[in-house]
Amino acid sequence: MALALQTFATVKDANTALKSAGTRYLGGGTLVVRAANEGDVSVSGLVRSTDPALSAIEVSGGKVRIGASVTMARIARHPELGSLAMAARAVGGPAVRNMATVGGNLFAPAPYGDFALALLALDATVNTDEGQTPIETFLAGRDDSRAIVTSVSFTKADSLRFLKVSRVKPKGISVLSIAVVLEQAADGTVSSARIALGCMADRPVRAKAAEKALLGKTLGQDGIAAALAAAGEGTAPITDPIASAWYRAEVLPVHLGRLLLG
Amino acid sequence: MAKVPVQFTLNGSEKAEFIDSGTTLLNVLRDKIGDTSPKGGCHQGTCGACSVIIDGELRLSCLTLAETCNGATITTTSGLAEGGVLHPLQRAFLDTFATQCGFCTPGMIMAAKVLLDHTPDPSREDVVEALSGNICRCTGYEPIIQAVLTAARANSQNAA
Ligand SMILES: Cc1cc2nc3c(=O)[nH]c(=O)nc-3n(C[C@H](O)[C@H](O)[C@H](O)COP(=O)(O)OP(=O)(O)OC[C@H]3O[C@@H](n4cnc5c(N)ncnc54)[C@H](O)[C@@H]3O)c2cc1C
Ligand code: FES
Ligand code: FES
Repeated sequence: MALALQTFATVKDANTALKSAGTRYLGGGTLVVRAANEGDVSVSGLVRSTDPALSAIEVSGGKVRIGASVTMARIARHPELGSLAMAARAVGGPAVRNMATVGGNLFAPAPYGDFALALLALDATVNTDEGQTPIETFLAGRDDSRAIVTSVSFTKADSLRFLKVSRVKPKGISVLSIAVVLEQAADGTVSSARIALGCMADRPVRAKAAEKALLGKTLGQDGIAAALAAAGEGTAPITDPIASAWYRAEVLPVHLGRLLLG
Repeated sequence: MAKVPVQFTLNGSEKAEFIDSGTTLLNVLRDKIGDTSPKGGCHQGTCGACSVIIDGELRLSCLTLAETCNGATITTTSGLAEGGVLHPLQRAFLDTFATQCGFCTPGMIMAAKVLLDHTPDPSREDVVEALSGNICRCTGYEPIIQAVLTAARANSQNAA
């Protein structure tokens, strides 16, 4: 069955069109067209907006706003996005990165969602015409989210660390991915920590217990031990052809440790 | 369902077609226009056999809806030879036995062409990265990597 595509100049008109049953927003199409090719008939209509604001990247002062239609390739080559570019580069191969958008990554089910993971560690805000939502709340409720995401915004953090573990290099699907943003006091102790995990649930999640266990500690073997022990708390890793839930749970502390000490 | 018009430039010539809304670019190129150089391997974005160049960027035609290409400039492997003379990449693929069954070849050549357009003197690593979204079941990749490096050298000799 064919997918009818409707294109609108404004997000407002596209949002109105999305209200009819069976319609979905079309980002880069790497997931939604793929599903249609595979025989998913739950989507009969696609809607997109060509509003240029959706394709803008604004960096001013320490603030960043990235339009939902911006592709991974554009982020990867942006000179001012630092380690966030690493997360964009971790998505798929070159052709996928030229298509995959920020908006689509927010909806990508595990093992995908590498970029959304970095945004979660950055505590980004997800913007729609209806308002602003903290990314953690957004991800938790995304299955019921209907409004078009227009952009994501966050405060730049040069301390963002990102790791994607995959078997096939350079391009491979994630065994697990980890993004960490730490702040350290003058004496080197951790004063704030956000740790986001990919593949440890059906969508990116925060490792809250590990974050708490890091506070006041220094980044050494002993200092991080409690955080590593707590890393898997509350997670429900996925099982797929890449790895089992058991394997993912076993190797999580090892990779988190490497990222924290690296 | 009513047909929708699409028009784009394919390998230097203007194309205009009426298509069913939601048709992939791969299907329009192959079934409507008759350019069978992009191959449908997986229709899932995983094999790269359908790779084409849209406005200078490598894209997967199996996941691209043709309507989103209105006004675009599209290059496929069938547009590379000029006046019966093979493109240096095509020549190199033949010379280094980088083609066996040939199913992956047009996609590989598209990915390699985008690389060489931006990075005329690539390292081996650059080549591996550029081809990382393309699967080959026959060659074991090494001859393909060598073909791309050979074509890059041939280009730089011609330019010198
Ligand atoms: C071969 C291959 C390899 C891949 N590898 C990776 C990988 O390594 N890491 C990874 O994270 N992902 C990977 N992906 C998955 C995917 O490409 C990315 O997650 C991508 O960012 C999805 O974005 P898209 O724009 O293509 O989404 P689309 O397919 O366009 O959309 C996906 C979903 O999001 C919704 N949506 C999209 N944009 C918006 C918006 N602005 N507002 C509201 N809803 C929206 C759509 O309605 C749809 O439900 C891979 C995909 C393929 C085919
Ligand atoms: S057919 Fe498009 S990637 Fe395989
Ligand atoms: S030559 Fe057969 S798939 Fe590459």
